[in-house]
Amino acid sequence: MENDLIVIDIQKKMLTASGPMDLIVQTKILPGNLVAIFGESGAGKTTLLRILAGLTNPDKGIIRFGNSVWFDSAKRINMPPQQRNISLMFQDYALFPNMTIEKNIRFAQPESNQTEVNELLNLFGLLELRKRKPAGLSGGQKQRGALARALARKPKLLLLDEPLSALDAEMRNALQNQIAKIHRLLGITIFLVSHDLNEVFKLASHVISLENGVVRQTGTPEEVFSDNRISGKVQITGQVARIEKQDTINVVTVISGGTQIIKVIAFDSDLENLKVGDPVMVFSKAFNPIICKLQ
Amino acid sequence: MDNEFLQTILLTMKLAGSTTVVLIVIGLPFAYWLAYTKIRLKPLIEALVSMPMVLPPSVIGYYMLVLYSPRNGFGGWLDRVFNVRLAFSFEGVLIASVIFSLPFMVQPLHNGLRALPKSLLEASYTLGKSKTITFFRVLLPNIKPSVITAVALTFSHSIGEFGVVLMVGGNMPGETRVASIAIYDEVQALNFQAANRYALILFLVSLALLTTIYSVNKKYDSWKMI
Repeated sequence: MENDLIVIDIQKKMLTASGPMDLIVQTKILPGNLVAIFGESGAGKTTLLRILAGLTNPDKGIIRFGNSVWFDSAKRINMPPQQRNISLMFQDYALFPNMTIEKNIRFAQPESNQTEVNELLNLFGLLELRKRKPAGLSGGQKQRGALARALARKPKLLLLDEPLSALDAEMRNALQNQIAKIHRLLGITIFLVSHDLNEVFKLASHVISLENGVVRQTGTPEEVFSDNRISGKVQITGQVARIEKQDTINVVTVISGGTQIIKVIAFDSDLENLKVGDPVMVFSKAFNPIICKLQ
Repeated sequence: MDNEFLQTILLTMKLAGSTTVVLIVIGLPFAYWLAYTKIRLKPLIEALVSMPMVLPPSVIGYYMLVLYSPRNGFGGWLDRVFNVRLAFSFEGVLIASVIFSLPFMVQPLHNGLRALPKSLLEASYTLGKSKTITFFRVLLPNIKPSVITAVALTFSHSIGEFGVVLMVGGNMPGETRVASIAIYDEVQALNFQAANRYALILFLVSLALLTTIYSVNKKYDSWKMI
Protein backbone atom coordinates (compact mmCIF):
# COMPACT_ATOMS: atom_id res chain seq x y z
CA MET A 1 0.00 0.00 0.00
CA GLU A 2 2.75 2.40 1.02
CA ASN A 3 4.26 2.04 -2.44
CA ASP A 4 1.19 3.52 -4.04
CA LEU A 5 1.28 6.66 -1.91
CA ILE A 6 0.39 9.77 -3.88
CA VAL A 7 2.78 12.60 -3.11
CA ILE A 8 1.87 16.12 -4.17
CA ASP A 9 4.24 18.99 -3.54
CA ILE A 10 3.67 21.73 -6.09
CA GLN A 11 3.61 25.48 -6.62
CA LYS A 12 1.88 27.35 -9.38
CA LYS A 13 1.34 31.04 -10.03
CA MET A 14 -2.25 31.61 -11.04
CA LEU A 15 -4.07 34.62 -12.44
CA THR A 16 -7.50 34.93 -10.90
CA ALA A 17 -10.25 37.51 -11.11
CA SER A 18 -8.96 39.06 -7.88
CA GLY A 19 -5.34 39.20 -9.02
CA PRO A 20 -2.35 36.87 -8.99
CA MET A 21 -2.35 34.02 -6.51
CA ASP A 22 0.06 31.25 -5.61
CA LEU A 23 -1.29 27.74 -5.52
CA ILE A 24 0.81 25.85 -3.00
CA VAL A 25 -0.14 22.27 -2.20
CA GLN A 26 1.86 19.81 -0.16
CA THR A 27 0.14 16.62 0.83
CA LYS A 28 0.35 12.84 0.79
CA ILE A 29 -2.64 10.67 0.04
CA LEU A 30 -3.06 6.98 0.79
CA PRO A 31 -4.28 5.04 -2.22
CA GLY A 32 -7.91 4.00 -2.29
CA ASN A 33 -9.16 7.19 -0.70
CA LEU A 34 -11.98 9.28 -2.06
CA VAL A 35 -10.42 12.69 -1.71
CA ALA A 36 -12.54 15.82 -1.85
CA ILE A 37 -10.80 19.02 -2.95
CA PHE A 38 -12.96 21.52 -1.15
CA GLY A 39 -13.00 25.30 -1.30
CA GLU A 40 -14.74 28.35 -2.63
CA SER A 41 -14.66 29.14 -6.32
CA GLY A 42 -11.32 30.59 -7.30
CA ALA A 43 -9.50 28.74 -4.53
CA GLY A 44 -7.54 26.67 -7.04
CA LYS A 45 -9.49 23.40 -6.88
CA THR A 46 -9.82 22.82 -10.60
CA THR A 47 -6.24 23.93 -11.24
CA LEU A 48 -5.00 21.34 -8.74
CA LEU A 49 -7.05 18.68 -10.51
CA ARG A 50 -5.69 19.73 -13.91
CA ILE A 51 -2.15 19.66 -12.54
CA LEU A 52 -2.72 16.08 -11.39
CA ALA A 53 -4.07 15.21 -14.84
CA GLY A 54 -1.05 16.76 -16.57
CA LEU A 55 -3.14 19.35 -18.42
CA THR A 56 -1.65 22.27 -16.50
CA ASN A 57 2.01 22.39 -15.53
CA PRO A 58 3.07 23.51 -12.06
CA ASP A 59 5.91 26.03 -11.88
CA LYS A 60 7.89 23.73 -9.65
CA GLY A 61 7.56 20.72 -7.42
CA ILE A 62 7.00 16.99 -7.47
CA ILE A 63 4.05 14.71 -8.14
CA ARG A 64 4.55 11.03 -7.52
CA PHE A 65 2.03 8.24 -7.87
CA GLY A 66 3.56 5.26 -6.10
CA ASN A 67 6.86 4.58 -7.79
CA SER A 68 6.14 6.52 -10.93
CA VAL A 69 7.17 10.15 -11.06
CA TRP A 70 4.57 12.23 -12.88
CA PHE A 71 6.23 15.57 -12.43
CA ASP A 72 9.59 16.66 -11.08
CA SER A 73 10.71 20.16 -11.97
CA ALA A 74 14.24 19.57 -10.65
CA LYS A 75 14.72 16.54 -12.91
CA ARG A 76 12.71 18.08 -15.74
CA ILE A 77 10.23 15.23 -15.74
CA ASN A 78 6.69 15.94 -16.94
CA MET A 79 4.75 12.85 -17.90
CA PRO A 80 2.07 13.67 -20.50
CA PRO A 81 -1.58 13.02 -19.53
CA GLN A 82 -1.70 10.04 -21.91
CA GLN A 83 0.78 8.09 -19.79
CA ARG A 84 -0.56 8.90 -16.35
CA ASN A 85 -3.33 6.30 -16.40
CA ILE A 86 -5.98 8.66 -15.15
CA SER A 87 -9.46 9.69 -16.18
CA LEU A 88 -10.74 13.20 -15.79
CA MET A 89 -14.42 13.92 -15.85
CA PHE A 90 -14.87 17.49 -16.99
CA GLN A 91 -17.41 19.97 -15.72
CA ASP A 92 -18.89 20.22 -19.22
CA TYR A 93 -18.60 16.40 -19.53
CA ALA A 94 -16.64 16.74 -22.82
CA LEU A 95 -18.45 13.82 -24.43
CA PHE A 96 -17.43 13.63 -28.08
CA PRO A 97 -20.40 15.00 -30.08
CA ASN A 98 -19.56 12.94 -33.16
CA MET A 99 -19.86 9.61 -31.34
CA THR A 100 -22.81 7.80 -29.80
CA ILE A 101 -22.69 7.27 -26.07
CA GLU A 102 -21.60 3.68 -26.69
CA LYS A 103 -18.78 4.76 -28.98
CA ASN A 104 -17.68 7.36 -26.46
CA ILE A 105 -17.26 4.56 -23.94
CA ARG A 106 -15.55 2.26 -26.42
CA PHE A 107 -13.15 5.02 -27.45
CA ALA A 108 -11.89 5.25 -23.87
CA GLN A 109 -11.07 1.56 -23.55
CA PRO A 110 -7.38 0.70 -23.65
CA GLU A 111 -8.38 -2.51 -25.42
CA SER A 112 -11.72 -3.01 -27.12
CA ASN A 113 -14.04 -5.16 -25.03
CA GLN A 114 -17.75 -5.14 -25.85
CA THR A 115 -18.74 -7.07 -22.70
CA GLU A 116 -17.32 -4.31 -20.53
CA VAL A 117 -19.01 -1.64 -22.63
CA ASN A 118 -22.33 -3.41 -22.02
CA GLU A 119 -21.63 -3.69 -18.30
CA LEU A 120 -20.91 0.02 -18.06
CA LEU A 121 -23.99 0.94 -20.10
CA ASN A 122 -26.04 -1.26 -17.83
CA LEU A 123 -24.50 0.04 -14.59
CA PHE A 124 -25.31 3.62 -15.55
CA GLY A 125 -28.75 2.91 -16.99
CA LEU A 126 -27.69 3.85 -20.50
CA LEU A 127 -28.49 0.61 -22.36
CA GLU A 128 -31.53 2.10 -24.08
CA LEU A 129 -29.65 5.26 -25.00
CA ARG A 130 -26.52 3.57 -26.33
CA LYS A 131 -27.11 4.68 -29.94
CA ARG A 132 -27.79 8.30 -29.05
CA LYS A 133 -25.30 11.08 -29.50
CA PRO A 134 -24.60 13.47 -26.62
CA ALA A 135 -26.78 16.18 -28.19
CA GLY A 136 -29.79 13.92 -27.67
CA LEU A 137 -29.20 13.34 -23.96
CA SER A 138 -30.34 15.19 -20.86
CA GLY A 139 -27.84 16.67 -18.40
CA GLY A 140 -28.07 13.71 -16.06
CA GLN A 141 -27.68 11.20 -18.88
CA LYS A 142 -24.61 12.98 -20.26
CA GLN A 143 -23.24 13.00 -16.77
CA ARG A 144 -23.65 9.26 -16.38
CA GLY A 145 -22.19 8.77 -19.84
CA ALA A 146 -19.14 10.82 -18.94
CA LEU A 147 -18.65 8.83 -15.75
CA ALA A 148 -19.02 5.54 -17.63
CA ARG A 149 -16.48 6.72 -20.20
CA ALA A 150 -14.05 7.79 -17.49
CA LEU A 151 -14.26 4.31 -15.94
CA ALA A 152 -13.88 2.53 -19.29
CA ARG A 153 -10.29 3.72 -19.38
CA LYS A 154 -9.66 1.66 -16.18
CA PRO A 155 -7.79 4.47 -14.49
CA LYS A 156 -5.67 4.14 -11.37
CA LEU A 157 -6.79 7.61 -10.46
CA LEU A 158 -10.21 9.05 -11.24
CA LEU A 159 -10.49 12.84 -11.25
CA LEU A 160 -13.95 14.39 -11.05
CA ASP A 161 -14.33 18.15 -11.59
CA GLU A 162 -17.51 19.25 -9.83
CA PRO A 163 -19.30 16.33 -11.42
CA LEU A 164 -22.69 17.06 -9.94
CA SER A 165 -22.87 20.84 -9.95
CA ALA A 166 -25.29 21.17 -12.86
CA LEU A 167 -27.86 18.66 -11.64
CA ASP A 168 -31.05 18.96 -9.65
CA ALA A 169 -31.18 17.64 -6.11
CA GLU A 170 -32.71 14.27 -6.90
CA MET A 171 -30.33 13.45 -9.72
CA ARG A 172 -27.42 14.66 -7.67
CA ASN A 173 -28.34 12.31 -4.87
CA ALA A 174 -28.62 9.33 -7.21
CA LEU A 175 -25.25 10.04 -8.77
CA GLN A 176 -23.57 10.59 -5.44
CA ASN A 177 -24.70 7.08 -4.53
CA GLN A 178 -23.32 5.82 -7.80
CA ILE A 179 -19.92 7.41 -7.21
CA ALA A 180 -19.83 5.93 -3.70
CA LYS A 181 -20.70 2.54 -5.15
CA ILE A 182 -17.99 2.73 -7.80
CA HIS A 183 -15.48 3.68 -5.18
CA ARG A 184 -16.43 0.71 -3.01
CA LEU A 185 -16.53 -1.66 -5.97
CA LEU A 186 -13.30 -0.72 -7.70
CA GLY A 187 -11.27 0.58 -4.79
CA ILE A 188 -9.53 3.14 -7.01
CA THR A 189 -8.36 6.49 -5.75
CA ILE A 190 -10.77 9.28 -6.60
CA PHE A 191 -10.23 13.03 -6.40
CA LEU A 192 -13.45 15.01 -6.41
CA VAL A 193 -13.63 18.78 -6.70
CA SER A 194 -16.57 20.12 -4.75
CA HIS A 195 -17.81 23.20 -3.01
CA ASP A 196 -20.79 21.36 -1.59
CA LEU A 197 -20.22 20.47 2.03
CA ASN A 198 -23.05 17.97 1.97
CA GLU A 199 -21.44 16.11 -0.89
CA VAL A 200 -18.05 16.11 0.78
CA PHE A 201 -19.48 14.61 3.97
CA LYS A 202 -21.45 12.03 2.07
CA LEU A 203 -18.68 10.80 -0.20
CA ALA A 204 -15.22 11.73 0.92
CA SER A 205 -12.88 9.79 3.17
CA HIS A 206 -10.27 12.51 3.00
CA VAL A 207 -10.51 16.25 2.42
CA ILE A 208 -8.05 18.81 1.08
CA SER A 209 -9.49 22.16 2.02
CA LEU A 210 -8.14 24.99 -0.14
CA GLU A 211 -8.37 28.67 0.63
CA ASN A 212 -6.91 31.24 -1.78
CA GLY A 213 -4.59 28.66 -3.26
CA VAL A 214 -3.23 27.39 0.03
CA VAL A 215 -4.10 24.16 1.80
CA ARG A 216 -5.95 25.24 4.91
CA GLN A 217 -6.40 21.78 6.29
CA THR A 218 -6.34 18.11 5.34
CA GLY A 219 -7.84 15.09 7.03
CA THR A 220 -11.14 13.31 7.37
CA PRO A 221 -14.23 15.48 6.79
CA GLU A 222 -14.89 15.49 10.56
CA GLU A 223 -11.37 16.70 11.32
CA VAL A 224 -11.39 19.38 8.67
CA PHE A 225 -14.80 20.84 9.35
CA SER A 226 -14.80 20.86 13.14
CA ASP A 227 -13.35 24.35 12.81
CA ASN A 228 -16.02 26.99 13.50
CA ARG A 229 -14.69 29.32 10.90
CA ILE A 230 -15.68 27.06 8.10
CA SER A 231 -18.93 25.76 9.52
CA GLY A 232 -19.95 29.39 9.86
CA LYS A 233 -19.70 29.50 6.10
CA VAL A 234 -22.47 26.98 5.66
CA GLN A 235 -25.06 29.63 5.76
CA ILE A 236 -28.04 30.92 3.92
CA THR A 237 -29.01 34.53 3.75
CA GLY A 238 -32.52 35.72 3.13
CA GLN A 239 -35.36 37.87 4.33
CA VAL A 240 -37.91 37.23 7.06
CA ALA A 241 -41.24 36.59 5.39
CA ARG A 242 -43.35 35.72 8.42
CA ILE A 243 -43.11 35.23 12.16
CA GLU A 244 -45.69 32.94 13.76
CA LYS A 245 -46.03 32.31 17.44
CA GLN A 246 -46.84 28.72 18.37
CA ASP A 247 -47.11 28.03 22.11
CA THR A 248 -43.70 28.75 23.61
CA ILE A 249 -41.76 28.86 20.37
CA ASN A 250 -41.88 30.91 17.20
CA VAL A 251 -41.71 29.74 13.61
CA VAL A 252 -39.83 32.15 11.37
CA THR A 253 -40.26 31.77 7.63
CA VAL A 254 -37.26 32.97 5.65
CA ILE A 255 -37.18 33.38 1.89
CA SER A 256 -33.78 32.96 0.30
CA GLY A 257 -32.83 33.60 -3.30
CA GLY A 258 -36.46 34.24 -4.18
CA THR A 259 -37.34 30.55 -4.33
CA GLN A 260 -36.06 28.80 -1.25
CA ILE A 261 -38.39 28.86 1.77
CA ILE A 262 -36.89 27.90 5.10
CA LYS A 263 -38.79 27.53 8.36
CA VAL A 264 -36.70 28.08 11.46
CA ILE A 265 -37.71 27.65 15.07
CA ALA A 266 -36.76 30.58 17.26
CA PHE A 267 -37.21 31.43 20.91
CA ASP A 268 -38.59 34.74 22.09
CA SER A 269 -35.07 35.88 22.93
CA ASP A 270 -33.99 35.28 19.35
CA LEU A 271 -36.76 37.48 18.08
CA GLU A 272 -35.70 40.71 19.74
CA ASN A 273 -35.19 43.31 17.02
CA LEU A 274 -36.44 40.86 14.38
CA LYS A 275 -39.36 41.82 12.21
CA VAL A 276 -40.78 40.86 8.83
CA GLY A 277 -38.59 42.11 5.99
CA ASP A 278 -35.34 42.05 7.97
CA PRO A 279 -32.32 40.54 6.21
CA VAL A 280 -31.21 37.48 8.15
CA MET A 281 -28.71 34.68 8.05
CA VAL A 282 -29.66 31.10 8.76
CA PHE A 283 -26.65 29.03 9.64
CA SER A 284 -26.13 25.59 10.94
CA LYS A 285 -24.05 24.77 13.99
CA ALA A 286 -23.91 21.04 14.68
CA PHE A 287 -27.52 20.29 13.79
CA ASN A 288 -29.73 23.14 14.95
CA PRO A 289 -30.25 25.92 12.50
CA ILE A 290 -29.82 29.20 14.32
CA ILE A 291 -31.14 32.49 13.08
CA CYS A 292 -29.54 35.88 13.51
CA LYS A 293 -30.11 39.38 12.20
CA LEU A 294 -27.83 40.76 9.50
CA GLN A 295 -26.56 44.32 9.84
CA MET B 1 -12.85 24.73 -81.15
CA ASP B 2 -14.81 22.25 -79.07
CA ASN B 3 -11.66 20.36 -78.16
CA GLU B 4 -10.05 23.55 -77.07
CA PHE B 5 -13.08 24.41 -74.97
CA LEU B 6 -13.01 21.01 -73.27
CA GLN B 7 -9.26 21.22 -72.74
CA THR B 8 -9.60 24.59 -71.04
CA ILE B 9 -12.44 23.47 -68.78
CA LEU B 10 -10.56 20.28 -67.84
CA LEU B 11 -7.40 22.26 -67.13
CA THR B 12 -9.40 24.66 -64.95
CA MET B 13 -10.83 21.74 -62.96
CA LYS B 14 -7.41 20.08 -62.77
CA LEU B 15 -5.86 23.24 -61.38
CA ALA B 16 -8.67 23.80 -58.86
CA GLY B 17 -8.71 20.11 -57.86
CA SER B 18 -4.93 19.89 -57.45
CA THR B 19 -4.87 23.16 -55.51
CA THR B 20 -7.57 21.84 -53.16
CA VAL B 21 -5.84 18.48 -52.60
CA VAL B 22 -2.47 20.10 -51.95
CA LEU B 23 -4.10 22.61 -49.59
CA ILE B 24 -5.94 19.92 -47.60
CA VAL B 25 -2.66 18.12 -47.04
CA ILE B 26 -0.88 21.32 -46.03
CA GLY B 27 -3.83 23.16 -44.50
CA LEU B 28 -5.05 20.59 -41.98
CA PRO B 29 -1.80 20.22 -40.01
CA PHE B 30 -1.09 23.92 -40.41
CA ALA B 31 -4.53 24.99 -39.10
CA TYR B 32 -4.15 22.52 -36.21
CA TRP B 33 -0.76 23.95 -35.35
CA LEU B 34 -2.06 27.52 -35.64
CA ALA B 35 -5.11 26.80 -33.46
CA TYR B 36 -3.11 25.48 -30.52
CA THR B 37 0.28 27.16 -30.79
CA LYS B 38 1.34 29.67 -28.19
CA ILE B 39 4.26 31.23 -30.06
CA ARG B 40 4.51 35.00 -29.99
CA LEU B 41 4.73 35.39 -33.74
CA LYS B 42 1.23 33.99 -34.19
CA PRO B 43 -0.38 37.32 -35.20
CA LEU B 44 2.31 37.83 -37.87
CA ILE B 45 1.79 34.30 -39.20
CA GLU B 46 -1.98 34.79 -39.27
CA ALA B 47 -1.50 38.07 -41.12
CA LEU B 48 0.82 36.47 -43.67
CA VAL B 49 -1.70 33.69 -44.31
CA SER B 50 -4.43 36.28 -44.89
CA MET B 51 -2.35 38.52 -47.16
CA PRO B 52 -3.63 36.91 -50.39
CA MET B 53 -7.14 38.04 -49.42
CA VAL B 54 -6.21 41.72 -49.41
CA LEU B 55 -3.36 41.97 -51.89
CA PRO B 56 -4.10 42.39 -55.58
CA PRO B 57 -3.44 39.04 -57.30
CA SER B 58 -0.93 40.81 -59.52
CA VAL B 59 1.26 41.48 -56.49
CA ILE B 60 1.37 37.77 -55.59
CA GLY B 61 1.88 36.95 -59.25
CA TYR B 62 4.75 39.41 -59.51
CA TYR B 63 6.51 38.00 -56.44
CA MET B 64 6.04 34.47 -57.74
CA LEU B 65 7.62 35.44 -61.05
CA VAL B 66 10.56 36.99 -59.24
CA LEU B 67 10.88 33.82 -57.13
CA TYR B 68 10.73 31.52 -60.16
CA SER B 69 13.24 33.50 -62.21
CA PRO B 70 16.42 31.50 -62.87
CA ARG B 71 18.36 34.68 -62.16
CA ASN B 72 17.37 34.52 -58.49
CA GLY B 73 18.25 32.07 -55.72
CA PHE B 74 15.33 29.65 -55.65
CA GLY B 75 14.60 29.72 -59.38
CA GLY B 76 18.28 29.39 -60.19
CA TRP B 77 18.64 26.42 -57.86
CA LEU B 78 15.62 24.70 -59.47
CA ASP B 79 17.08 25.36 -62.90
CA ARG B 80 20.55 24.04 -62.03
CA VAL B 81 19.58 21.01 -59.96
CA PHE B 82 16.34 19.85 -61.57
CA ASN B 83 16.42 21.72 -64.86
CA VAL B 84 12.96 23.03 -64.02
CA ARG B 85 11.62 26.46 -64.81
CA LEU B 86 8.34 27.19 -63.07
CA ALA B 87 7.30 30.37 -64.83
CA PHE B 88 4.63 29.80 -67.51
CA SER B 89 4.17 26.14 -66.53
CA PHE B 90 1.24 24.30 -64.93
CA GLU B 91 3.33 23.48 -61.84
CA GLY B 92 4.27 27.12 -61.48
CA VAL B 93 0.63 28.17 -61.66
CA LEU B 94 -0.29 25.42 -59.18
CA ILE B 95 2.22 26.65 -56.58
CA ALA B 96 1.03 30.24 -57.01
CA SER B 97 -2.59 29.09 -56.77
CA VAL B 98 -1.87 27.16 -53.56
CA ILE B 99 -0.38 30.25 -51.97
CA PHE B 100 -3.17 32.45 -53.27
CA SER B 101 -5.92 30.16 -51.90
CA LEU B 102 -4.19 29.35 -48.61
CA PRO B 103 -6.42 31.60 -46.45
CA PHE B 104 -9.57 30.06 -47.90
CA MET B 105 -8.47 26.64 -46.62
CA VAL B 106 -6.74 27.61 -43.40
CA GLN B 107 -9.18 30.15 -42.00
CA PRO B 108 -12.35 27.99 -41.87
CA LEU B 109 -10.36 25.07 -40.43
CA HIS B 110 -8.65 27.32 -37.90
CA ASN B 111 -11.97 28.88 -36.83
CA GLY B 112 -13.61 25.46 -36.60
CA LEU B 113 -10.87 24.13 -34.35
CA ARG B 114 -10.87 27.25 -32.19
CA ALA B 115 -14.64 26.97 -31.70
CA LEU B 116 -14.37 23.44 -30.31
CA PRO B 117 -14.32 23.29 -26.52
CA LYS B 118 -10.75 22.65 -25.44
CA SER B 119 -12.07 20.00 -23.07
CA LEU B 120 -12.72 17.64 -26.02
CA LEU B 121 -9.04 17.56 -26.84
CA GLU B 122 -8.08 17.33 -23.19
CA ALA B 123 -10.58 14.56 -22.51
CA SER B 124 -9.09 12.52 -25.32
CA TYR B 125 -5.58 13.07 -23.95
CA THR B 126 -6.58 12.02 -20.45
CA LEU B 127 -8.20 8.92 -21.92
CA GLY B 128 -4.72 8.00 -23.14
CA LYS B 129 -5.15 8.87 -26.81
CA SER B 130 -2.26 10.31 -28.82
CA LYS B 131 -2.39 13.67 -30.56
CA THR B 132 -2.80 11.98 -33.95
CA ILE B 133 -5.71 9.79 -32.85
CA THR B 134 -7.28 12.80 -31.12
CA PHE B 135 -6.98 14.86 -34.29
CA PHE B 136 -8.47 12.29 -36.66
CA ARG B 137 -11.12 10.75 -34.41
CA VAL B 138 -12.20 13.63 -32.18
CA LEU B 139 -11.27 17.02 -33.67
CA LEU B 140 -11.69 16.45 -37.39
CA PRO B 141 -15.13 14.74 -37.26
CA ASN B 142 -16.40 17.59 -35.07
CA ILE B 143 -15.40 20.34 -37.50
CA LYS B 144 -16.98 18.64 -40.52
CA PRO B 145 -18.91 21.80 -41.56
CA SER B 146 -15.65 23.78 -41.48
CA VAL B 147 -13.88 21.14 -43.58
CA ILE B 148 -16.65 21.19 -46.19
CA THR B 149 -16.65 24.99 -46.22
CA ALA B 150 -12.87 25.12 -46.56
CA VAL B 151 -12.80 22.62 -49.42
CA ALA B 152 -15.66 24.23 -51.35
CA LEU B 153 -14.31 27.76 -50.86
CA THR B 154 -10.81 26.75 -51.90
CA PHE B 155 -12.06 24.95 -54.98
CA SER B 156 -14.37 27.74 -56.11
CA HIS B 157 -11.80 30.40 -55.35
CA SER B 158 -9.21 28.51 -57.42
CA ILE B 159 -11.66 28.29 -60.32
CA GLY B 160 -12.22 32.02 -60.15
CA GLU B 161 -8.55 32.90 -60.19
CA PHE B 162 -7.46 35.30 -62.90
CA GLY B 163 -4.71 37.70 -62.00
CA VAL B 164 -2.20 35.27 -60.53
CA VAL B 165 -2.58 32.78 -63.38
CA LEU B 166 -2.22 35.54 -65.95
CA MET B 167 0.96 36.87 -64.32
CA VAL B 168 2.60 33.52 -63.62
CA GLY B 169 1.21 31.32 -66.36
CA GLY B 170 0.17 33.50 -69.21
CA ASN B 171 -2.23 32.01 -71.70
CA MET B 172 -0.81 28.73 -72.99
CA PRO B 173 -3.50 26.29 -74.18
CA GLY B 174 -3.34 22.96 -72.31
CA GLU B 175 -0.71 24.27 -69.89
CA THR B 176 -1.85 27.47 -68.23
CA ARG B 177 -4.93 28.66 -70.13
CA VAL B 178 -7.78 28.32 -67.63
CA ALA B 179 -11.40 29.31 -68.15
CA SER B 180 -11.19 32.75 -66.53
CA ILE B 181 -8.33 33.70 -68.84
CA ALA B 182 -10.03 32.14 -71.85
CA ILE B 183 -13.04 34.41 -71.24
CA TYR B 184 -10.81 37.48 -71.28
CA ASP B 185 -9.08 36.22 -74.39
CA GLU B 186 -12.31 35.46 -76.25
CA VAL B 187 -13.80 38.85 -75.39
CA GLN B 188 -10.64 40.52 -76.65
CA ALA B 189 -11.10 38.61 -79.90
CA LEU B 190 -14.77 39.66 -79.97
CA ASN B 191 -15.71 35.98 -79.81
CA PHE B 192 -18.68 36.48 -77.48
CA GLN B 193 -20.27 33.07 -78.00
CA ALA B 194 -17.21 31.24 -76.66
CA ALA B 195 -16.87 33.71 -73.79
CA ASN B 196 -20.50 33.05 -72.95
CA ARG B 197 -19.98 29.32 -72.63
CA TYR B 198 -16.98 29.68 -70.32
CA ALA B 199 -18.76 32.25 -68.21
CA LEU B 200 -21.88 30.11 -67.85
CA ILE B 201 -19.90 27.04 -66.77
CA LEU B 202 -17.92 29.01 -64.18
CA PHE B 203 -21.10 30.64 -62.94
CA LEU B 204 -22.94 27.31 -62.52
CA VAL B 205 -20.04 25.45 -60.88
CA SER B 206 -19.44 28.26 -58.40
CA LEU B 207 -23.16 28.55 -57.65
CA ALA B 208 -23.41 24.81 -57.00
CA LEU B 209 -20.41 24.88 -54.67
CA LEU B 210 -21.59 27.86 -52.67
CA THR B 211 -25.09 26.39 -52.40
CA THR B 212 -23.45 23.27 -50.96
CA ILE B 213 -21.67 25.34 -48.34
CA TYR B 214 -24.80 27.17 -47.29
CA SER B 215 -26.95 24.05 -47.12
CA VAL B 216 -24.30 22.29 -45.04
CA ASN B 217 -24.11 25.26 -42.70
CA LYS B 218 -27.88 25.30 -42.40
CA LYS B 219 -27.96 21.61 -41.58
CA TYR B 220 -25.41 22.06 -38.82
CA ASP B 221 -27.01 25.22 -37.45
CA SER B 222 -29.29 23.20 -35.25
CA TRP B 223 -26.40 20.99 -34.31
CA LYS B 224 -25.41 21.52 -30.71
CA MET B 225 -21.88 20.94 -29.59
CA ILE B 226 -22.53 19.41 -26.21
